Amino acid sequence: MGRLKQRATGWLRFGLITLSMCLFLGKVTESQTPVTLTVATVNNGDMTIMQRLSKVFEQQHPGIRLDWVVLEENILREKTTTDAATHGGQYDVVTIGPLEAPVWGQRGWLLPLDSRLSPAYELNDLLKPIRDGASFDGKLYALPFYAESSLTYYRKDLFARAGLVMPAQPTYSDIARFARLLNDPAQNMYGLCLRGKPGWGENMAFISTMVNTFGGRWYDEDWRPQLTSKPWHTAASLYVDLLRRYGPPGSSSNGFNESLTLFENGRCALWIDATVAAGSLFDSKESNVAGSVGFAPAPIGTTPRGTQWLWFWGLAIPAASKHADAAATFIEWATSKQYIDLVAKTSGLASVPPGTRRSTYEQPKYLAAAPFAALTYQAIMAADPLHPTQEPVPYTGVQIVVMPSFPTIGNQVGQLLAAALVGDLTVDEALGQAQAATERVDRRMGVGSNK
Amino acid sequence: MTPIELRRKTLFTLLGWAVALLLSFPLLWMVLTSFKSEAAAIARVPHLFFHPTLESFRVVQEQSNYLRFAWNSIVVSLGSTLLALLFAIPSAYTMAFSPTRRTRGTLLWMLSTKMMPSVGVLVPIYLIFRDTGLLDTRTGLLVVDAVGNLPIVIWMLYTFFKEVPREVLEAGRMDGAGPVREIYNLLLPLSLPGIVSTSLLATILAWNEAFWSLTLTAAKAAPLTAFIASFSSPQGLFYAKLSAASTMAIAPILVLGWVSQRQLVRGLTFGAVK
Amino acid sequence: MTQHQPVLSGDQIATRPRGRLLLNVPAISVLFLWSIVPLCMTLWFSFRRYNLMEPTRTGFDGWGNYRYLLSDPGLGLAIWNTIFLLASILLITIGLGTLLAILFDQDFFGRGIARVLVLSPFFVMPTVSALLWKNMILHPENGLLAFLMRSVGLKPVDWFAVAPLTSIIVIVSWQWLPFAFLTLLTAVQSLDEERKEAARMDGAGAIAMFRYIIWPHLGRAVAATTMIETIFLLGIFAEIYVTSAGGPGFASTNLSFLIYRYVLMEYDIGGAAVAGLVAVLLANLLAFFLMRSFARNLDA
Repeated sequence: MGRLKQRATGWLRFGLITLSMCLFLGKVTESQTPVTLTVATVNNGDMTIMQRLSKVFEQQHPGIRLDWVVLEENILREKTTTDAATHGGQYDVVTIGPLEAPVWGQRGWLLPLDSRLSPAYELNDLLKPIRDGASFDGKLYALPFYAESSLTYYRKDLFARAGLVMPAQPTYSDIARFARLLNDPAQNMYGLCLRGKPGWGENMAFISTMVNTFGGRWYDEDWRPQLTSKPWHTAASLYVDLLRRYGPPGSSSNGFNESLTLFENGRCALWIDATVAAGSLFDSKESNVAGSVGFAPAPIGTTPRGTQWLWFWGLAIPAASKHADAAATFIEWATSKQYIDLVAKTSGLASVPPGTRRSTYEQPKYLAAAPFAALTYQAIMAADPLHPTQEPVPYTGVQIVVMPSFPTIGNQVGQLLAAALVGDLTVDEALGQAQAATERVDRRMGVGSNK
Repeated sequence: MTPIELRRKTLFTLLGWAVALLLSFPLLWMVLTSFKSEAAAIARVPHLFFHPTLESFRVVQEQSNYLRFAWNSIVVSLGSTLLALLFAIPSAYTMAFSPTRRTRGTLLWMLSTKMMPSVGVLVPIYLIFRDTGLLDTRTGLLVVDAVGNLPIVIWMLYTFFKEVPREVLEAGRMDGAGPVREIYNLLLPLSLPGIVSTSLLATILAWNEAFWSLTLTAAKAAPLTAFIASFSSPQGLFYAKLSAASTMAIAPILVLGWVSQRQLVRGLTFGAVK
Repeated sequence: MTQHQPVLSGDQIATRPRGRLLLNVPAISVLFLWSIVPLCMTLWFSFRRYNLMEPTRTGFDGWGNYRYLLSDPGLGLAIWNTIFLLASILLITIGLGTLLAILFDQDFFGRGIARVLVLSPFFVMPTVSALLWKNMILHPENGLLAFLMRSVGLKPVDWFAVAPLTSIIVIVSWQWLPFAFLTLLTAVQSLDEERKEAARMDGAGAIAMFRYIIWPHLGRAVAATTMIETIFLLGIFAEIYVTSAGGPGFASTNLSFLIYRYVLMEYDIGGAAVAGLVAVLLANLLAFFLMRSFARNLDA
């Protein structure tokens, strides 16, 4: 009894001491030095490199320390959006895309950057479509870190063996034919890989460009959703049909990363996706097919307009950041020419963040080291977020509609098309429900009523 | 042992081990994969024998500072458990030894507060945390976890305290001991095994809590659940890295669980054993 | 420690000083604040126009949020999925848990280590186990199950597209089986040998033994397991988020995931508040029935 009592007393004392220590430590280590920046970013390859090279930045700026929050894209977006909208002030630098930059900028959640940059930054060196996409009302709200459009990737070795030739500008009927001829599930070779994972930035990014190139649009000029129109029907039917016939199993859960893995492992004969994949496809350390990757522009349906998408990841400073000046110093460094040179020196020319600066594409060495560079540049410059579709539209954005409720609509439509892909719904049912869902959200958000 | 008994025992050995291996297989497979190269991890025909490599662990550690996340997990899960005990012991004591007509109702009400889905109250909590400066602090997360586990901790302690013979406490009361001394000197030593297993369960639950730890922290207070979120779907081949990160994230709690499983087995009685 | 029998019953306790009852106040106040403050805020939000993305559209909205939520085509299915997930996982874990408990009540070689192995899934965080099952076991290309199916000449199945709810049930049951097993094992082991022996003497077969001796003895352990699991299973989230993201369509969306969609994908706090109230209502209904049926068992 006495021993037990002693033990209990000991336990309790230990517990109380530990508790107070925990609370104390919590307090002490949380009080930060004035210049620790919290940087929120995506777990993509280019950002991993940035995180590694940021040691150089910290050496150059001994007064600034960086704290990294590296997350998967969806989780990151949830956290940064909540934080920006509630002025939570948890982050000093956030990584955002062309949907957030103008919308958040308009709402005053981000600091305008133009006046904070030093002349050496050379704002005019940024590619115009990207700079436009990161601005609202003439003010720049994010510095583009890398940018991408879309391309058709294919396996040159398989094409040669089958006696096929990729045209300079493929059409969707070409793609369908190639996919049919090269599909060989018995050998784990699938004709065509595409994004199927539901989400406005996943399957809908691709499907929207398909709709564009078949002459369709999200909204007509009076903001009436067009999801039951003929181009949507054509595009969605073809998409579902191609993937069900020639796609790998589990297409409905394949996003960009999963598709990249499949292609690098030699399971896809064709793949239509982001230009930024090229860097790792050609890297023999990561890719099993590095020697045989071919590429062509994104395929067209009935019109070339809007078949190349436009996306960028940019660095921005939330209005609630307490260290705006230090944050500006860092994002200027991370998107500068010097940073691009630094990556070229440490990781090789082919690994530099693509698509943001004209000067990158003016280096003959880069064009030689990165065989995909010229086509990437053309695709980005050809994308026109201000006039994305064949018929006029009241919105901007190629594969997105730049408005705050687009994620809501894009996610719901994406879910319904995924259900059509796995066969739970027919394409007509899916599009009918998608139209109804879009109208429901639009009514609630007042889309079109005050524009 | 008679031949029949031996046969019986052999049969149960085979059956028991088959079930055990089947149930733990996904975990064993994950640990195995964490020592493979990325290429081997994704091979068409899975390799059982391969050259083990620590490469994935190295890459994972290089990309994010494991020790910092782990330390946050330790502080938060232990701290929240202690904080929950601090509130739960007096409460369970009162209900076990001074029951009133409302005790059962109170207990059930406490349990029902845990049934509200966390995500439903995210925005209120987020706003409160923002205004009190608790966002991305270990203290904040620790408090949320403690309150979240409080009903279960109270309930478990209540069932343990019920089993403590009442006359021991009564004797203490005769000696003029106040409630605090009574708890500290008499009740705690007697129900130590129960308190240990309750703490274990609370620590496990706090360690694995994934919703609040992801939404209320950023860099400074992020625990291992956030560490995993940065490896969940990265570019390129990631099976070995994901396995390595997962192994690192669950290793401490798995070891704790294994070491203390005897206490857990004895502890999760909920008053079911007399 | 020796086993004492309580000599005083409740009504015999002479002293019931107020001081002792006050000790319950801190815990009750904390839990009261924790449940009532967010609930009040949720009620308030449910009548307001409140979308994080539209800070200028604010104000009283009457029943607007309620009408909007009720017009959500996924709502009915989400409620059904919540209940279906709960019921099937409870059935599976308690059913298999009982069998396992009886198995591990037998003496066999290496039982201790085998028991550790059976328990281990409980220590794994939900995100990790979902990622593990999704990528390494169920994945239609790289998963182990796909490999096994290919080796016997079957076409691998994309589980999360074909049977999303079933896949999630498998994953969550795997995580919670050890917990049910543990509580039930404690109960089985506390069954005294003499009664079992006596029943065996009377010629009771294995089934009769289970039906009349073991199962009645497990009542309280089953009640406790059901309570604790219900608390956690009503809010299943991480497993859905990581694997099927509620799809395809709304096929695997439960109430938690529906609310998540409103809050963190659509930033529609007003709509989410109403969905949150639906979840609270459902939880309380379930709690009421559960507690009605188990209250006697829970009260030690």
